[in-house]
Amino acid sequence: MVLPGWLWLAAFFVTPVIVMVSLSLQTGDFIDGFRQTFHFHTYAAVVETYHVQLVRSLLYGAAATTGCALVGYPVAYWIAFRAGRHKSVFLFLLLLPFFVSFVIRTQSWNVVLADNGVLLGPLKHLGLLPADFHVLATPYAVIGGLTYNFLPFMVLPVYVALERVDAKVIEASTDLYASRAQTFWRVVLPLSLPGVFAGVLLTFVPASADYVNAGILGGPSTTMIGNIIQTEYFTNLDYPAAAALSFVLMGTLLLAVFAYARALGTDDVLEVAAR
Amino acid sequence: MTTHTAAPAEDTAAHRPRSGRRGRRRPTLTVCTWLVLAWLLLPIAVMVLFGFNDTHSKVNFTWQGFTLTWYRHLFAIPNLTSALVNSLTIALVVAVAATLLGTPIGLALGRHRFRGRGSVDLLLFAAIAAPEIALGAALLSLFIVLGVPRGYATVLIAHVAFCIPYVAITVRARMAGHDPTLEEAARDLGAGPWTAFRLVTLPMLLPGVVSGALLCFALSIDDYVVTSFNAGRTVTFPLWVYSASRTGVPPQVNVMGTLIFAGGLIIAGANVLFARRRAA
Repeated sequence: MVLPGWLWLAAFFVTPVIVMVSLSLQTGDFIDGFRQTFHFHTYAAVVETYHVQLVRSLLYGAAATTGCALVGYPVAYWIAFRAGRHKSVFLFLLLLPFFVSFVIRTQSWNVVLADNGVLLGPLKHLGLLPADFHVLATPYAVIGGLTYNFLPFMVLPVYVALERVDAKVIEASTDLYASRAQTFWRVVLPLSLPGVFAGVLLTFVPASADYVNAGILGGPSTTMIGNIIQTEYFTNLDYPAAAALSFVLMGTLLLAVFAYARALGTDDVLEVAAR
Repeated sequence: MTTHTAAPAEDTAAHRPRSGRRGRRRPTLTVCTWLVLAWLLLPIAVMVLFGFNDTHSKVNFTWQGFTLTWYRHLFAIPNLTSALVNSLTIALVVAVAATLLGTPIGLALGRHRFRGRGSVDLLLFAAIAAPEIALGAALLSLFIVLGVPRGYATVLIAHVAFCIPYVAITVRARMAGHDPTLEEAARDLGAGPWTAFRLVTLPMLLPGVVSGALLCFALSIDDYVVTSFNAGRTVTFPLWVYSASRTGVPPQVNVMGTLIFAGGLIIAGANVLFARRRAA
């Protein structure tokens, strides 16, 4: 019964990853064809050439994830504890952006932040900003776009975790004369960490690998690794390099996730967070 | 702002009656939430508004006045229209195919303990957690090595691949709240396995299946990353908008985006009403 779906996933999810690794270990060029040579030097070469973009992608991803956590946690907290009867309304508002195409949402920021657009134009006209001030094509635009696009992926899991916190536990904490701040830092926050972790996973991975925001809102100095992978596949037609880069990106992100899980899983981190 | 604001330092616990959960509270958090929601909804407002913009150049950046021209000439750009048609037909086929393939996986995961269950679980997790670009690049590698020309069919294959896991987990979540003894009761009362499935399991499962299918439709029509890797010369709506963003997005894109948005809201609203009526 499971077989057809399982086969589809095996054929079009597992096999492609294996083929991609095999492709990354081929040498040759587009005109003469590629041969399987199992040379690992492609990996060294792509990391050597593109380490700047690779590190930049991880930094932008981390910045966007931090932004999402700082902005998203209070929102999730407010909806979980203060929204009263209207919780579902606020959750719905939070999901509203998903009814609009990802590319159009990003493009809308292009309109809002344009050098002489609806936001910067009037400010420049009033002399509040210098005429050559711009936001587009800077890291701020790209990180801002990433934070914007992936925020709901942080708020929702945090909300679910907060929602699960037993009201009796909070009451017990108040009964034991904990202040509101102590109750939050030592009871609510630690209990909601699994949600934060899920949020970090759901935000960091797609944000680091994204290239739509860098493509629409960024400039030549904000190129991310996703843009490079696309160029290698479609412009340079250097398939082994493209495949190697994709695998490096995928491996790095999975390692980062794993490392973070290990770190968060230890009690030390919980205690630091509780302080 | 930081998470500090989530717990105002002010110690009101001692002053307010314990039963009253609405003590004196600083409005900081409320204001922040509204600001964040405004931030989230701003691009949507921009999209809707600029669909009514009376712009005369290709560049739709500044407000020129209100017009309904773009609604009247919605299909004036032939290749934009065909991109939209591609997106809609792909999303429809993907929603049906991925639901048919994914539902049994969700059903099995929710109900049976079987050999390889762990690996299915892991595969679903990996498929959802992996960055989209990895799936896009991996599939492209496969098609390159096999010499399959990229186009409409490869987009369909790719979309079904990333939608199956979402259907499976949606259906599994629905199964989790289901009492298996109901089917046993049906069997005890003389129903065959198919009848028991049709009359007991399927009606219970249906809301999960419908939300799974709607989710697939939404994921497929919105996808840029995986599509851009496997589309070849086929152009979908998001691909068209992305390439237009370099030169200037015509207002028709805003109108189409607005109509898709409105359609999504209507379907979501209908789904909620439908679920409520079933529950009543």
